[in-house]
Amino acid sequence: MKARDTSGNRASTVPDQDSLYRASRLSKAWRVLRNSPLSLAGLAIVSVFLFLVAAAPVLAPYPEDATGRRVNFAEKLLPPTVTHLMGTDDLGRDVFSRVLYGSRLSLGLGFAIVAATAILGLVLGSIAGFYGGVADEVIMRIGDMLMSIPRLLLAIAIVVATGKSLPKLVIAISLPWWPWYARVIRGEVIRIREQGYVEAARSVGTSSWRILFMHVLPNLIGVMVVQASLQVGRAILAVAALGFLGLGVQPPLVEWGLMVSIGRTYMPNWWWMAIFPGAAIFLLGFGFNLLGDGLRDSLDPRTTLVR
Amino acid sequence: MFLAFVSFFGVLVCTFVLSQIVPGDPAVVAAGRVPDPVVVARIRSEMGLDRPLHEQLGIYLSRVLFRLDLGRSVVTKRPVIEDLQRYFPATIELVTVSLFFITVIGVWVGVVSATKRNGPVDHAIRAITLSGISMPEFWLAIILQLLFARSLHLLPVDGRVAIDVLIGSPLKGGTNLYLLDSLFQGNWSFLYSSILHLVLPVFTLTYSLVAYVVRLARAAMLEVLGQDYIRTATAIGVGRRKVIYKHALRNALIPILTIIGMVYGFLLGGTVLVELIFSWPGIGRYAANAIFTMDAPAIMGVTILGSMIIISLNLMVDVLCALVNPTVRYT
Repeated sequence: MKARDTSGNRASTVPDQDSLYRASRLSKAWRVLRNSPLSLAGLAIVSVFLFLVAAAPVLAPYPEDATGRRVNFAEKLLPPTVTHLMGTDDLGRDVFSRVLYGSRLSLGLGFAIVAATAILGLVLGSIAGFYGGVADEVIMRIGDMLMSIPRLLLAIAIVVATGKSLPKLVIAISLPWWPWYARVIRGEVIRIREQGYVEAARSVGTSSWRILFMHVLPNLIGVMVVQASLQVGRAILAVAALGFLGLGVQPPLVEWGLMVSIGRTYMPNWWWMAIFPGAAIFLLGFGFNLLGDGLRDSLDPRTTLVR
Repeated sequence: MFLAFVSFFGVLVCTFVLSQIVPGDPAVVAAGRVPDPVVVARIRSEMGLDRPLHEQLGIYLSRVLFRLDLGRSVVTKRPVIEDLQRYFPATIELVTVSLFFITVIGVWVGVVSATKRNGPVDHAIRAITLSGISMPEFWLAIILQLLFARSLHLLPVDGRVAIDVLIGSPLKGGTNLYLLDSLFQGNWSFLYSSILHLVLPVFTLTYSLVAYVVRLARAAMLEVLGQDYIRTATAIGVGRRKVIYKHALRNALIPILTIIGMVYGFLLGGTVLVELIFSWPGIGRYAANAIFTMDAPAIMGVTILGSMIIISLNLMVDVLCALVNPTVRYT
């Protein structure tokens, strides 16, 4: 692959090389996934939740319990039965319907946070790795500083300082997180920067922006996907933790962490209010972690090299 | 050393910026329940709140660095630094015991995982540790309470020590680190009760964080086990156990050491939730209560303390790495 693009003409070989490279990585990832029952299980769990997000209005027996402000004191704190699979909460709302709808915010926020983190980490990490020098120093020192603050504490501090709202929640969790992303990206960029095809592109006078976008960024996709799938799991947990502390999603929106937090005050007699939403957080996080862990193995030469 | 200082400086600037954004005027807070405008104005000039921002930053830095003044808690009305001193020992105890178990169990399980690579044991370990990472600490804590304390009555529900022990055979002063104090004073019933109270919170923190160490220990071991000297050692007839634990593990320890700082950071974050649920009187619960009352100075104080610990820990790890491995040189 390398030999081809050092010798060939830029316009025709570069996209070809990129797509080849990507295809090989994806197929490799798939091969590893297929041989790893744990990652497949992760993929299955995540798929089920994605399906639930889409099908929540159809599946939920009492959708208005999650979307509206309906309360029904006549049926409050009922234990799990056939009519209420996960029981009802302190306001007589069906916990099952609320857990189903809760998947929307948890997944949505999880993806939003990871997207924000990825973009910040990608931009700053590739600038640091590609240009080096002062830019590298400044970005990585700021990153070091952020990494030395406990992530959850910093997120808490940011929410307390700026106030509670969904966009601020995304910022509060992504801001302390980008350095972890940027470090990985920077390492990859430095590795790619030294590859023959980048040198070749440089020698024929390609601008550094073009090299960055055409040659370096496409090669980062594999690393990014792995990081992202691991981070989604963590982001969902962070959202739940902040929700549990009352700093995340606010009622009447439905969010799992918030549900556990309210349910905790009804422990131990009305355990279903806290246990089921918590189980949902765990399952979804577990799915992403299993998937991400398997994918990472597929791309990490240290753990896949057969010795 | 220098970098550690830069980081710490940055953390302070960060908390300064955050405390600037916080709604509410600290001068009004300090002036008491019914703020008199004259008093507010005086406090404002005393605290330097009427100066330009960069001067305020200077004042803030000198206050924190030289006078260890983190401001006054809005709720307890005490200086935040005093509150932190009061609650810190309980957290140190919880977090240190957890870190001990995370490291020991993590390294051991990681080594087993690496030697049984891709076998059923390795897969089982991976599934179990990943399930720990994915479990919300607060949920796990609630379940453990429900199971072991409220249903089986094997362990106490919450707190640091049983109330009858606290009254019946109290500790005489000391560091407020209950384990050490009761050990040195020979107060066995106190020690026993403290240990019982530690089990559930320590288990929660250990289970939810051990995966990071296991994963790294596994990767480090796999890397080392592929080296030539391991093959040589095996070839000249050194026993397998000795090769793994003496030759390989020793060299795999350095990368494992380096993530201790990171795990400690997660511990400090996780302990906010765990202390809240187990009514553990540490800075985590202090922070949680500060959150519910939106007590900004207290939260900034906890954040600064947490970063300080992590920065010094990372520094210690660097020194330790250089000691363990003489080829590590810092330029």
